[in-house]
Amino acid sequence: MNQHDPKNIPQTTPRQSATFSPDVNSEIRRAAATGIYDIRGGGAKRSLPSFDDLLFMGASISRYPLEGYREKCETSVTIGGLHAENPIHLDIPITIAGMSFGALSGPAKEALGRGATAAGTSTTTGDGGMTSEERGHSKTLVYQYLPSRYGMNPDDLRRADAIEIVVGQGAKPGGGGMLLGQKISDRVAEMRNLPKGIDQRSACRHPDWTGPDDLEIKILELREITGWKVPIYVKIAGARPYYDVTLAVKAGADAVVLDGMQGGTAATQDVFIEHVGQPTLAVIRPAVQALQDLGMHRKVQLILSGGIRSGADVAKAMALGADAVAIGTAALIALGDNDPKYEAEYNAMGTTAGAYDDWHEGRDPAGITTQDPELSARFDPIEGGRRLKNYLKVMTLEAQTIARACGKNHLHNLEPEDLVALTMEAAAMAQIPLAGTDWYPGKPNTSY
Amino acid sequence: MQTVDLQETGLRALNKMLHAQSETTNQTAWEILNPKGAHAIACGLNAPIEVTVKGSTGYYCAGMNQHATVNIHGSAGPGTAENMMSGTVVIEGDASQYAGATGHGGLLVIKGNASSRCGISMKGIDIVVHGNIGHMSAFMAQSGNLVVCGDAGDALGDSCYEARLFVRGTVKSLGADCERKEMRPEHLEILQDLLTRAGSDAKPEEFTRYGSARNLYTFDVDNAAAY
Repeated sequence: MNQHDPKNIPQTTPRQSATFSPDVNSEIRRAAATGIYDIRGGGAKRSLPSFDDLLFMGASISRYPLEGYREKCETSVTIGGLHAENPIHLDIPITIAGMSFGALSGPAKEALGRGATAAGTSTTTGDGGMTSEERGHSKTLVYQYLPSRYGMNPDDLRRADAIEIVVGQGAKPGGGGMLLGQKISDRVAEMRNLPKGIDQRSACRHPDWTGPDDLEIKILELREITGWKVPIYVKIAGARPYYDVTLAVKAGADAVVLDGMQGGTAATQDVFIEHVGQPTLAVIRPAVQALQDLGMHRKVQLILSGGIRSGADVAKAMALGADAVAIGTAALIALGDNDPKYEAEYNAMGTTAGAYDDWHEGRDPAGITTQDPELSARFDPIEGGRRLKNYLKVMTLEAQTIARACGKNHLHNLEPEDLVALTMEAAAMAQIPLAGTDWYPGKPNTSY
Repeated sequence: MQTVDLQETGLRALNKMLHAQSETTNQTAWEILNPKGAHAIACGLNAPIEVTVKGSTGYYCAGMNQHATVNIHGSAGPGTAENMMSGTVVIEGDASQYAGATGHGGLLVIKGNASSRCGISMKGIDIVVHGNIGHMSAFMAQSGNLVVCGDAGDALGDSCYEARLFVRGTVKSLGADCERKEMRPEHLEILQDLLTRAGSDAKPEEFTRYGSARNLYTFDVDNAAAY
């Protein structure tokens, strides 16, 4: 045998580059073909340190558990009692995050209201104003006050149960909204006072205030208009949580909504979603620290969002100091978004169930992220509401299960000392000891 | 005439009294003394009453006004008449930034000059400025009319949509996608009506109309340099 004959040389396995992966290469080819960045919906898809990297220790000799199904574990939360005459009382600490009519169909907004109301929690408007469907079907409705002020009017402001001033959102801290022409139906165009069919750009900054001193006056104005009756939330992205929470509280917020980078959006640049912002796990402790330093923890409520999926996530968020959480993407999945039953239609669009994120194109086969009348008609808001209620109930039961195992008779009694971290990153971000140790990176008075 | 001294009564009590007025109220005339630049005076009004503020106001005076007439006998701080829905607001002096921001309807008259971002994101409001306006005015203006009897600063009408902008004097520069437009008879008619209602004797023929070139309505990578 001639060992120098190329036919006799063993071949190496073709090796894909970790840097130039098939995903990366496909994006390069797409960019080269179109000349425009990729726009999509949803939140960060990259792998991030998350609540999955934390575990509860459960009960032991020093902590005794509560009996499941027998001993009470409370789940209620009151939001906005600091300044508002009518604070919000919720049965469960899992709220529905702001999502716009425009991004979502009317029936989908109705389903969010139905499901949230049946589960005893609140839902939230979005960039586009308040629809009669969501007001009618939401016992507790939070009205977002956004930079675009699309549809903003004092009548809706006064029929809201709370006002949420949106400064930022986790998917795109520092970015405005984007609703492309395909989704601008007659009704959406009328609500936003813009021509039908054009790309709508929502501003990234508020038009009539800049900075924390102005925000304080803006909050005063909103309180005066609403007679100091309803709570005023300030929603911030997970950018600089310690300082942003401090400034929001200083400006007079009743509650702070903090949205990490796993939080979704209806549409923005993929590069924004994946490369700007901080993971939800990383932003909660600085936010809680800010509230504690001000003596405002549990007085100004902290609502955490961005990738919350289960009762375990709820329990972990609350153990780290949140008063409540908000869900967006998970709620859409509960309604039927990305359901494998539409696989053939996803395939026809060049994607697959679970990966579909071209929400801005308005072709959602599940009839949720669309304004197409035929697609919207596929979605049953009553059935959707029932599914959301079920999901919220399951999340609550899961969180209660964990809380009882930790010996807590209220979800709010969960505490950081109930947790351990599985990774160094999670330990550092959450300031929770690495499992099997009493140490985390950055722990005061340690040499590491 | 109901007269309220703001320094004695306080902001909350004042606004509560004004908000208590209904569509059929007999107390239609209100005078507010000693505003001393306070914020949020007479915001959120929702009845056909006439409020006269004797002095200068701070932020957001007449914010979200609906149905009411508010006269400010002084100058006005930032965001005056922001998000106004209907009614009339008249500022005898100058207006600070963001006057009439995001307004959906009604008439805002500024007898003096207006600072930057006048009419930002306006959504149907009519604004008449007797003097000059600052930079970035009518930024992302969606609809309604902005009339400037004096000069306009930099970047007028940047990224505007369907709002009509009328300027009698000079325009330092136009913003992205804003262009000079033909003044047709219907525009002269609109302008004459607004000037008359705003108490200006300027002639519509002296104005130039500006508006959106509509090149940025749908994103096109070839327009990326405009942003």
